[in-house]
Amino acid sequence: MAEKLVAKVSEMKDGDRRIVFVGDQEIGVFRHGGQYYAYSNVCLHQGGPACEGLTIAAVEEHLRADKTSLGLSFSATEMHFVCPWHGMEYDITTGECVSDRKMKLKKYKVLEKGDELYVVA
Amino acid sequence: MDLIADRGRRVPVEELNTSRLLAHARKQAVQRKFDDMLIVDVDAHHYENEHFNDILPFMENDVFKQLAISGTSRNRGRGAITPQTLGYQDMGGRVTRYPLRGTEKTPDGSFRDVELGHRWMDAMSVDYSCLFPTGMLSIGLHPQTEMEVELCWAYNRWLTEKVLPESGGRFFSMLTLPFSDPDACLRQVEEFGHRKHVGGFMVTTVRNNLAVNDNRYMKVYRAIEERGLVLSFHSGPNWGEPIFKSCNRFLVAHALGFSWYNIVNLANWVINGMGERFPKLPVLWIESGLAWVPFMMQKLDHEYMLRPSEAPLLKKKPSDYMRDMFYSSQPMEIQDMGALETTFRMINAETQLMYSSDYPHWDFDLPSTISDLPFVTEKAKHNILGGTAARLFKLPPRNEAQKANLKKFGNLTAA
Repeated sequence: MAEKLVAKVSEMKDGDRRIVFVGDQEIGVFRHGGQYYAYSNVCLHQGGPACEGLTIAAVEEHLRADKTSLGLSFSATEMHFVCPWHGMEYDITTGECVSDRKMKLKKYKVLEKGDELYVVA
Repeated sequence: MDLIADRGRRVPVEELNTSRLLAHARKQAVQRKFDDMLIVDVDAHHYENEHFNDILPFMENDVFKQLAISGTSRNRGRGAITPQTLGYQDMGGRVTRYPLRGTEKTPDGSFRDVELGHRWMDAMSVDYSCLFPTGMLSIGLHPQTEMEVELCWAYNRWLTEKVLPESGGRFFSMLTLPFSDPDACLRQVEEFGHRKHVGGFMVTTVRNNLAVNDNRYMKVYRAIEERGLVLSFHSGPNWGEPIFKSCNRFLVAHALGFSWYNIVNLANWVINGMGERFPKLPVLWIESGLAWVPFMMQKLDHEYMLRPSEAPLLKKKPSDYMRDMFYSSQPMEIQDMGALETTFRMINAETQLMYSSDYPHWDFDLPSTISDLPFVTEKAKHNILGGTAARLFKLPPRNEAQKANLKKFGNLTAA
């Protein structure tokens, strides 16, 4: 397994991302909520650059006890990243495709070494 | 540039570059040796609304021309020139090429739509594309027939005189018919049918006026058939359609709308014996995916078996006529491989299905959606991705490997 330098830790602010190349592998590295997450940049739908699109909160719909809808709202906790080709959405903390949680992007380990951030591939 | 995400949060993004956005498509094309295979995309789009300043001067009637030109943004007009349909095609900016389109740079002196087209075609290894408009697909909702006729005329002149000749022969089109006026349709077939890069004529199906079997259209179909051209029906969504006003999500109006308009028109076409009346007219149904086709085959056959007196022109089952027609592939429902395999069998995909991307629209399909299907023969893959269209539209190979493959699978008609 190779360790690939992603960025200086001090340069990665919350909400930032980097795309790194390790051999044939393209990896998207996100910083979200103080944590780092790294996934394959190949969308499980048609192979688009899954990690290069918009990051946007999950849209939720909550129901009252009588099953009537409270309407749509953005989640306060769940963040998604979206493949820019077709809009396939992934949970930023798990890499799961939100419309079918059985489908998951390959996940990579991220290491902090001093002020440097590495992805292990 | 910033995109607006949740709660107005701004997400900085780079400017759009189609080649870079589609780098993974290029990788797929290299891995699958797509350059050795002639690939024809029978349904791709450009945004003609960005060129109205060039298109509108081709309008014939001075009064309508003045009205339209006065309505363009350049002249600070308020009204839209073409009917607008509601919807969220860009998914709130999630499909970034919509909001970023204006940021993409093209070289001075190049024709922008051709340059952008060649970028995505080269990425996907598409050799030829049938170019269709975007906003004009809703022209059938225009309340003024005269304006529909004028705008189609101007668009078809501009397309055939200014755009298609600039594409190095890689774009062709099936021209937009002003379907509300059968006489005007005939005039445009007679005027434009012989022009270079014209493969046929297209009915925009988002409309509520005449049925496709109306007697007034027979001369139009005959004129297209006589010229050896293709008649296509391009579907679309219309959230404003009364039945879809109950749909509170665009997803539903979009999913049903694209199928619905082709379902209605195909049913009228088949049951009224158009296949018997115009047996040499190739008919192509565009952008409804494929899942609706087996449904219609079963539904129409079932009814016809019991009510043949309502379809006396038919000499075989409706599904047999449906198998004589052509279908574009996108957006191909690929969720249940068994169902898709059955669909391919039922429509005789090897000879009747043609690949389409619908690029740059949000639900585009890559050529790999066809080439990677596990149940399709090599011959069928070559036919669907380009061989059938090469025969239908008389498109020559662009290199020796393509020529050999066309020859191998019996699709070499133009050299």
